[in-house]
Amino acid sequence: MTITVDGINKRFGQFQALNNVSLNIPEGKLTALLGPSGSGKTTLLRIIAGLESADSGQVAFSGKDVTKLHVRDRNIGFVFQHYALFRHMTVAQNIAFGLESLPRKQRPPKAEIQKRVSELLDMIQLPHLAQRFPAQLSGGQKQRVALARSIATRPKILLLDEPFGALDAKVRKDLRRWLRNLHDEFHFTSIFVTHDQEEALELSDQVVVMSQGNVEQVNEPTELYARPDSRFVFDFLGQVNVLSGEVKHGSLNQGNARVTLPGIQHQGSAQLYLRPHEVRLATGPAEHANLPLRIEAVSLIGSEVRVELRPEGWASEGSDNIWEVGISHAEFNNQRPTRGDLRYAVPEVGHLFTGKDTQPVTVSWAESESLPRVRLIN
Amino acid sequence: MSTANQASAVIQQRWPRIGNRSKRVLPGFGLSLGISLLFISLILMLPLTGLVMEVSAMSFDQFWFVITDPRVVASYKVTALAALSASLFNGVFGLLLAWVLVRYEFPGKRLIDAVVDLPFALPTAVAGIVLATLFAENGWYGQWLSKLGIDVAFTPVGIVVAMAFTSLPFVVRTVQPVLEELAPEDEEAAVSLGASDALVFRRVIFPALWPALLTGVALSFTRSLGEFGAVIFIAGNMPYVSEVTSLMIFVRLQEYDYAAASAIASVVLLVSLVMLFAITLWQARYLKRIEGR
Amino acid sequence: MNASQSSRHRRVGDSPAIKWLLIVTAVAVAIALLIMPLLVIFVEALGAGWGTLADNLTDQYTLHAIGLTLFVAALTVPLNLVFGTALAWLVTRFRFPGRKLLITLIDIPFAVSPVVAGLLYLLLYGRNGWVGSWLADYDMQLMFSWPGIVMVTVFVTCPFVARELIPLMQQQGSEEEEAGVVLGASGWRIFRTITLPNIKWALIYGVVLTNARAVGEFGAVSVVSGNIRGQTNTLPLHVELLYQDYNIVGAFASASLLAGIAVFTLAVKGFVEWRQTRTLNRLQTEETA
Repeated sequence: MTITVDGINKRFGQFQALNNVSLNIPEGKLTALLGPSGSGKTTLLRIIAGLESADSGQVAFSGKDVTKLHVRDRNIGFVFQHYALFRHMTVAQNIAFGLESLPRKQRPPKAEIQKRVSELLDMIQLPHLAQRFPAQLSGGQKQRVALARSIATRPKILLLDEPFGALDAKVRKDLRRWLRNLHDEFHFTSIFVTHDQEEALELSDQVVVMSQGNVEQVNEPTELYARPDSRFVFDFLGQVNVLSGEVKHGSLNQGNARVTLPGIQHQGSAQLYLRPHEVRLATGPAEHANLPLRIEAVSLIGSEVRVELRPEGWASEGSDNIWEVGISHAEFNNQRPTRGDLRYAVPEVGHLFTGKDTQPVTVSWAESESLPRVRLIN
Repeated sequence: MSTANQASAVIQQRWPRIGNRSKRVLPGFGLSLGISLLFISLILMLPLTGLVMEVSAMSFDQFWFVITDPRVVASYKVTALAALSASLFNGVFGLLLAWVLVRYEFPGKRLIDAVVDLPFALPTAVAGIVLATLFAENGWYGQWLSKLGIDVAFTPVGIVVAMAFTSLPFVVRTVQPVLEELAPEDEEAAVSLGASDALVFRRVIFPALWPALLTGVALSFTRSLGEFGAVIFIAGNMPYVSEVTSLMIFVRLQEYDYAAASAIASVVLLVSLVMLFAITLWQARYLKRIEGR
Repeated sequence: MNASQSSRHRRVGDSPAIKWLLIVTAVAVAIALLIMPLLVIFVEALGAGWGTLADNLTDQYTLHAIGLTLFVAALTVPLNLVFGTALAWLVTRFRFPGRKLLITLIDIPFAVSPVVAGLLYLLLYGRNGWVGSWLADYDMQLMFSWPGIVMVTVFVTCPFVARELIPLMQQQGSEEEEAGVVLGASGWRIFRTITLPNIKWALIYGVVLTNARAVGEFGAVSVVSGNIRGQTNTLPLHVELLYQDYNIVGAFASASLLAGIAVFTLAVKGFVEWRQTRTLNRLQTEETA
């Protein structure tokens, strides 16, 4: 079942939560609505569910207009951020609720409902907790029960509102994996809302980045990460190193920082956005770039080493005057960079924003043809 | 309930945005709105029309004459003063009770906590006769008090006692939750900075408490203004001395002087409603300030 | 959780001298003002022995008063239960203009003197009131007989159920009910299986409290009842009558019945609060692997 959203507007008092939003959600895929708070992602999800109504616009499931259809009749599964389990019912009763609420004609016999509940309990690996009450479960268990409850009636569409927001890191990781497996097995058309870019990039087939009621970019995770379309998406997807300055005769200058821009005709102000993995650190300036920086901090986190540097002789206001570059453990062991050392940043790929343009131009100085290393999970 | 549905249908027609906006998700808006409005109009609002009609049938001069009659004015003074004294007493002892119940453990605490609500659950007439019996000259308390030269029964002091009894729970139950919510960290921070207990109470605890305390005292005052059953047995009800305004209304009614009774009642009602709205607005404001809602 | 027991977390007023001074004063005031009166009611009722107590309670006028009082309560409580629940649902589950006004309106019976309340009804439904005179044409008399008593009692006790439910339902939030709607349940099913179990105890206490106040209403009923012994006297009015007649023991006998109901109400409240703290404790210790 595909979901189409067309021209949705929603305002709460003076606040415009959604501004003429249109989207296509492909069938059987897991889509993430990603954005900071206030971006309108939860509002959009709730409008698709029917828990809120839009001021104008249309929602359609596989071409059928459901805008005026009551949530009860949309046959969707919805998972709330705080689970919303029925506190006075057992786990088994919670899961059975949807089936027991079917009109008499469509309601399966008791035995069949019990059977389905058992199946679902097995699937979420909690058969031993069937008679427990929600208050006796941990956060992760509650969320699994909430999921089981929402799919008991075999909906085609599954909507999740920050499903892992209230859980700790380790539980979150396990459940993410688990949700993906669930989705792959049952092929729901799923949408989940999150403000965690790592989660969105890891889990989904398609990411919709939202900001202030608008859709900023819609892409597959790898594309999105490799080619952010706007300053906002860049900023949102993690640390970015910014050099802003004046372009004159094919080179971007600010203070004693200089980067040549092959193939760029523009003259005037511009900003160069560089991701941590798109920059190398060298002990001397390169042919195409002179970007001296002094090391502020070195942290050995996880699979790579993160080096924080402060520009020397120029400034980077776009990133709080701190640049971040990732180097491998091997490199770290070789060079042993320490606080106070002077290094030179050597960009391999960059994204240039000229003047007021919202779309960047990719600039590449790669010596080899290999694309920059793209990391999605740490 | 077809009337309820009719009412909500009209609402949905005349004001479609109100009728349709997001009430659609959870069911029962129409029904609950219908029942509530029906009930409130019939039970609360409709009776007010009777009073309005009776009062508007009087000329302003008549009205003024009745409500400024010396005996009536005396009753205003007696009632207001007694209510004020009772509320202040409750302010102090209600705070004390709330403090002790929230901050300390001691034998019998549960019993005391339960019994604080007694005036709320006990019929006012029963409270009236028992207080009158206790404070009468030969009563359990009365005999000791008269030895000290204090007369309670059949004096305005008796009124204060009765009012204090019936409205004590208002102060305690309004202050208790706020006391319970006080963050120990605030006090600990103050103490660690070298403040004495008294100073911490004055500068840290009391500022957090006084809105709730004021609300409780105001509620106690409002309730006491209208107290009838508990007061009339102990007061003596002597005109100009210990007669409360609600009794004045009753007396006029027994004389079949409906007009006078209504006039006086409208004054009392106006004051009560003004106090009610003032308290509500105050609560809304103070809640917003502290909790940022 | 009890800060006063650990000397490391000494709070203001925890020094033994102050603490015990405050406790003793508070307890003394509580005993003097609250507990003693309660005891005195029963002591005075038994003043002439158990036999007299029994006689007093089975006196025909007393029995009639008890009957009328129970009858009034039996009509008042269900009405206010339905109204209180409907209002609580309306006000905590929906947003609409005038919502805050409704919440304030429900407090009116609290602020209004009971005598004024009685007068309002008398003016409207009495022989000279605009509704009353119309009813008189049909030979229907509401004042000075039981219908008037019921109406006035409904007025005075209408806030209680709503005031118990509204804070609780606001605090619980409507997410569970929303989940129920998404899962396809109808309105009644949601109310019955989701809301009702969640508000059960508050509802019970609201009913018990409404009952106690309905049974004990004095001022408003005095105005509309006509005070006719054996016909329109409720138990509180009966108590007054006996007291004015200097039948102290008799008055306290009936009063003790009413006090008994009050004590029962307090017991139910204590029980309800105990249940609620128990659930809270269970929720707080829940975070296991």
